[in-house]
Amino acid sequence: MKSPVALDAPPPAELAEVAANPVAGIDQTKGDFQYDVAYEYDAGTGLSERTVDYISSVKKEASWIREFRQHALKVFRAKPLPTHWATRDLENINFDRIRYYLASGQKPKRTWDEVPEDIKKTFERLGIPEQERKYLAGVEAQFDSEAAYSNIKEIVAKQGVVFVNSTEGLREHPDLFRPWFGRVIPTSDNKFSALNSATFSGGSFIYVPKGVKVAQPLQAYFRINAENFGQFERTLIIADEGAEVTYMEGCTAPKFSTATLHSAVVELVALKGAKIQYITVQNWANNVFNLVTKRGIAHEEAEIKWIDCNIGSRLTMKYPGVVLKGRKARGEVISIALANDGQHQDTGAKMIHAADETTSNIVAKSISVGQGRSTYRGVVHIPKRLRRCKNNTECDALLINTNSRTDTYPAITVRGDRNYVQHEASVSKVNEEMIFYMQQRGLTEGQAMSLAVNGFINDLARQFPMEYSVELKRLIDLEMEGSVG
Amino acid sequence: MSSLVITNLHVAVGDKEIVKGLSLTINSGEIHAIMGPNGTGKSTLSKAIAGHPDYVVTSGEVLLDGVSILEKEADERARAGLFLAFQYPSEIPGVSIANFLRAALQARLAEGEEIDASAYYQRLYAKMDLLKIDRKFTSRAVNEGFSGGEKKRCEILQMALLEPKFALMDETDSGLDIDALRIVADGVNSLRGPHLGVLLITHYQRLLNYIIPDFVHVMWDGRIVRSGDKSLALALEAKGYDWVKGEFAFASC
Repeated sequence: MKSPVALDAPPPAELAEVAANPVAGIDQTKGDFQYDVAYEYDAGTGLSERTVDYISSVKKEASWIREFRQHALKVFRAKPLPTHWATRDLENINFDRIRYYLASGQKPKRTWDEVPEDIKKTFERLGIPEQERKYLAGVEAQFDSEAAYSNIKEIVAKQGVVFVNSTEGLREHPDLFRPWFGRVIPTSDNKFSALNSATFSGGSFIYVPKGVKVAQPLQAYFRINAENFGQFERTLIIADEGAEVTYMEGCTAPKFSTATLHSAVVELVALKGAKIQYITVQNWANNVFNLVTKRGIAHEEAEIKWIDCNIGSRLTMKYPGVVLKGRKARGEVISIALANDGQHQDTGAKMIHAADETTSNIVAKSISVGQGRSTYRGVVHIPKRLRRCKNNTECDALLINTNSRTDTYPAITVRGDRNYVQHEASVSKVNEEMIFYMQQRGLTEGQAMSLAVNGFINDLARQFPMEYSVELKRLIDLEMEGSVG
Repeated sequence: MSSLVITNLHVAVGDKEIVKGLSLTINSGEIHAIMGPNGTGKSTLSKAIAGHPDYVVTSGEVLLDGVSILEKEADERARAGLFLAFQYPSEIPGVSIANFLRAALQARLAEGEEIDASAYYQRLYAKMDLLKIDRKFTSRAVNEGFSGGEKKRCEILQMALLEPKFALMDETDSGLDIDALRIVADGVNSLRGPHLGVLLITHYQRLLNYIIPDFVHVMWDGRIVRSGDKSLALALEAKGYDWVKGEFAFASC
C-alpha cells in the first residue's frame, strides 16, 4: 500500500461529504451514485504551474510533454472565454475551485479482480464488465483522472492493435502517436482545448495497423466520482491505411450540488481508405459543464463518422468536426441532443472540405423539454478552388411544451460553382392533442412523451449498434418520465 | 356484462357550456347512435368521457361498471376499458403502428412484466386478418401521411387489438368515400359482440345503413331530445334536423 502523495490533502470534512448517501437516486438515474474512494494522488484545488508539474511528475512524463503542458497553461490563461458567441453561463465555472487530478493508482489493471473494490463496484453497477464479455473488443474504464481498468481481447491485440491510455501511449509508443498528438486539434484551438492540453489525463490512444478491420467495438467509459472535479481525458485514434475501427464512449457522474467540469480533446486520424466510427452516448448529471473538442482528419478516400448523443449535463458545447483532407474523403456527423429543465445543449458539427470530391453529411436532431434549451451550430466550408464537393445538412428540432427554446446557427461557406450544398431545417412540437391521443390508448403522459421523442430520433437511433440504441431509449424514457409535472 | 352510465352530464369548454344535462346508459352488446346537427355537443361528449383536459365536466356523473371515471386521467380511463376512435387522429412521426400498439398493451401490464413479442405479433396479425388489413400496414408510422380511409382503418385496428369494453366513435364516417365507409362499417360489425358496447356519433344517417344500431338518440343543444330505434334515424333522414329543432322548441314551450 502506497502512502498518499497529495499535493494538498483534502480536509477530512470533504471526504465525509463524498461518502454521504452512496445509493441516492438509484431509481432515477443509473449513474447517480457514488462510493467513497481514497485517492492516492491528488493535485489539490486550483490550477497553477505547480498543478501541471504535479500531474506531469506523477505520470513520469518526458520533458517535451511537460513543456507542452506548461505552454498550454499559458495559452489557456491568455484566451478569453468565448462568451461573445457562447452562453455567459461559462462565467460560472470557477477554475480555482476545481480539482484537476485525482487518481487511485497510475497503472490500469488488466483484470477486474485487481481493480480496487469500490471502483469495481461502480463499474459493475454501470454494467461495464458484462458488456465487455458480451460484445466488446476492448474496454478502458476511467475513474476520475486515470483508467482503473484497461484490457483488449487477445485476438485483437494479436492483430497489432494498440489500445492504451494517453500516458502509456505517449510513453510506450511515441513513434506512433507523437506525430499526430495535438496536430488535429492544436492547443490554441480554443480555451478548453488549451485547458485539456495543460491538464490531460486518461483517455484512449488507439492505433489500428494497415488493413486491420476491428470487428467488435472498442469502448471507453468515463466516470466522474469526485465533487468539484475536472475530468480532462485525451483521446487519439489513428486508423492506418485501409483500417477500420468503431469506438464507443459512455459517460456518467453522480449528482452533486456544485459544478463539475468535463473537458476532453478527441483527435481522429483516418489515413488513406480507413474508416473510423466514433459513438458517444453521454448521460451526465445536470451539474456538469461538458466542453469538448472533437475533430478528425480524413485522408484520401477515408471516412470518419461521429455519432454523438448528448443527454444530461448543465451545459454541453460540442461540435464534432471532420477535415476532409484527401480526395473523395467522407465525413458524417449524426447528432442527437436532449435538453431538459436547467440544461443547455449547444451542439453541432463542422465540415471543412479541403480536397476535391469530398462529401459530408450532417443530421442533427434536438429535443427541448420544459425549460431546456438547445442550440445547433454548424460550419460547412468549401473553398473556391475545389470541385465536385457535396454537403447535406439537416437540422430538426422538437419542442415539448411552450417554454423550451431552440436556436439554429448554420454557417455555410461555399465558394466556386462546382460544388453542391443542401440545407434543411425543421421545428416541430409535441402538442397536447398528440399526447392526449396516446394517453387515450393507455399510455401515461410520460410514456407518451417518451414515445414521441423516440419516434423523432428513430431514423438516427437505428444507426447505433443494438446495445447502444437500447441504452439510448432507456435514457430517454428516464428523462421523459422525470419531466412530467 | 359492463355498463357505461352517464347521468345529467354538463361539460364546458372554457367558459362555454356545451353539454347541458345529458343522460344515457349503454350496456355491453349494445350499439347506440347519437345523431345531431353540427355544433350540438356530440364530439364534446365523447372527448369529455375520454378525459381530454380541455373539456371540463362541471356537474353530473359517468360510471363505468359502477365506478366514477371523472377523477381519472385519460390513460387510466383507457386502461379501464374506454376507447375513443378519433374524428381527426394525431400523427406520431417515427413510431410504427406495431410499436405504438405494443407500447399501449405494455402500458396495461403490471410493473416488471414484459410483453411477449411473438405472442403479440400473433395476436396483431390475427386481428389484421380479421379486418382484412395488409401486413405491411403496421410498419408505417401512426397516421403519418395517411389518407382519410387509412386513418380510420388504423383506428379500427387499434380498437380491435385493445379490446375495449366501450368504444366511442366520434364522427368516424366524416369525410369518407363510400369504400372507406364500408371499411369502417365492416370493421365495427366484425368487432360487434356481447362484450363490446358502442357509442356511434354521426352527422349522417348513411353510416347507419351499414352499422345497424340498437338505439338512436338525437342530440340538440347539448341534450338528448329524442330516443328511439333505427326508424328514428330514417325519419331524421327524411325530415331533416329542422324537424327535431321545431318539435323540440315546441315541446319545451
